[in-house]
Amino acid sequence: MSEKIEDIEIQLLLEALYKRFHYDFRNYAQASIKRRLKQAREQLGFASFSALQESLLHDPTMLLRLLGYLTVQVSELFRDPSYFRAIREKVVPHLRTYPSLKVWIAGCSSGEELYSFVILFREEGLEERTLFYATDINQDALAKAEAGIYDLSRIQLFTENHRNSGGKSSLSDYYSAAYGSAAFDKSLRKQVVFSDHSLVTDAVFAEMHMVSCRNVLIYFDRALQDRALGLFKESLARKGFLGLGAKETMRFSEHSQSFTDYVREEKIYQKSAR
Amino acid sequence: MTSGKAEAIVIGASAGALEGLSVILPPLPASYALPLMIVVHVPPGKKSLLAEIFQAKCAIDVREAEDKEPLCSGTAYFATPDYHMLVESDKSLALSNDEPVLYSRPSIDVLFESAADAYGPGLVAIVLTGANDDGANGLKAVAEAGGLAIVQNPVGAYASQMPEAAIRACPGAKVLSLEQIALFLLKLEKA
Repeated sequence: MSEKIEDIEIQLLLEALYKRFHYDFRNYAQASIKRRLKQAREQLGFASFSALQESLLHDPTMLLRLLGYLTVQVSELFRDPSYFRAIREKVVPHLRTYPSLKVWIAGCSSGEELYSFVILFREEGLEERTLFYATDINQDALAKAEAGIYDLSRIQLFTENHRNSGGKSSLSDYYSAAYGSAAFDKSLRKQVVFSDHSLVTDAVFAEMHMVSCRNVLIYFDRALQDRALGLFKESLARKGFLGLGAKETMRFSEHSQSFTDYVREEKIYQKSAR
Repeated sequence: MTSGKAEAIVIGASAGALEGLSVILPPLPASYALPLMIVVHVPPGKKSLLAEIFQAKCAIDVREAEDKEPLCSGTAYFATPDYHMLVESDKSLALSNDEPVLYSRPSIDVLFESAADAYGPGLVAIVLTGANDDGANGLKAVAEAGGLAIVQNPVGAYASQMPEAAIRACPGAKVLSLEQIALFLLKLEKA
């Protein structure tokens, strides 16, 4: 069966995005990237992906608008509270034995996962000795992460999650609410480095004790998943920890031998001692 | 409407799903030749018990979807709470965290549209009972790709809104009772 015209156009569009701007979505999981591109095409008002491609190459404003569709992510503070409970109860006691720590939130999007970690580490008395790296390829999302401002309507969910994660303080200690928004305290960013980093094209930049990368790998195809897992493996110190999303698995990866299950049901892995 | 041989089945259900699926899934034999992907609207933040419940009732294998899992015949895959479930063109499952569609994640439309793309005329899509409009756009996409669209008869459905919306969006759909759908799926295998 010959390839559908639309599929050819999508490949060409992703190729153009890479060649012109070095954003590489070519090995993203197809079904979802296609869905996002369709949404972008319709909402940006193009009749075809070819027309969108033409605009991308010639209209300087199109890149950011398109990226907004391709990398949009919605998360919650303390999403999957049981994950954070496991970090608190099973990973923190191990991390406590180090005089200084590095934690990488890979694909941090608009910062929900980052703030969850910083708050948890503050509650556990580890914040002062930890350097957090928050990385994403989307500048816009990074700016949001750095601002730490969320819609007030989401705070109730965040608060419940935090409580269910075994939170030792009140979430309201960390934000101030005004005009329908909750702004997280800037002291939470004191130990954080925000940076533009691509799991697809960039390399390892520091030795980490923990990497948390949840619901990012589901957007990659298997080859790209392997690349990212390889980066985490290289980046992690001996016996360092890797946290993945609840439905992500190492099972199909060539790197599965380099990690052991640490908290199996929460997808927390430990780099093997070898 | 459909010309090719059926390769896969997708099912969407919401309010009343448990009763509906209880008529359709248990009769299927362990050797059933097709995979089934099922989206039921379930609340986020809780573990879904659907796979366990139906594994106990069914001869086919029933499990909750995992990312990148290759689809097997004789197996029903339930979408997991808080993730969309999609099919890739290599016939493996993909999960996504994209925003809810019509307030739903998992969304029936998202599954149906990606499955229509992956299977074209080889897809059979079924919209069951439910109290919202999810599934209507997806069913239309299935029909447009040459697949077979089936809707539970709204008369007799636990909640009629979802089947009614699906019939409006896809007027050529076969409208069948639950019992007829069950028989149809059994015969489909032999076709």
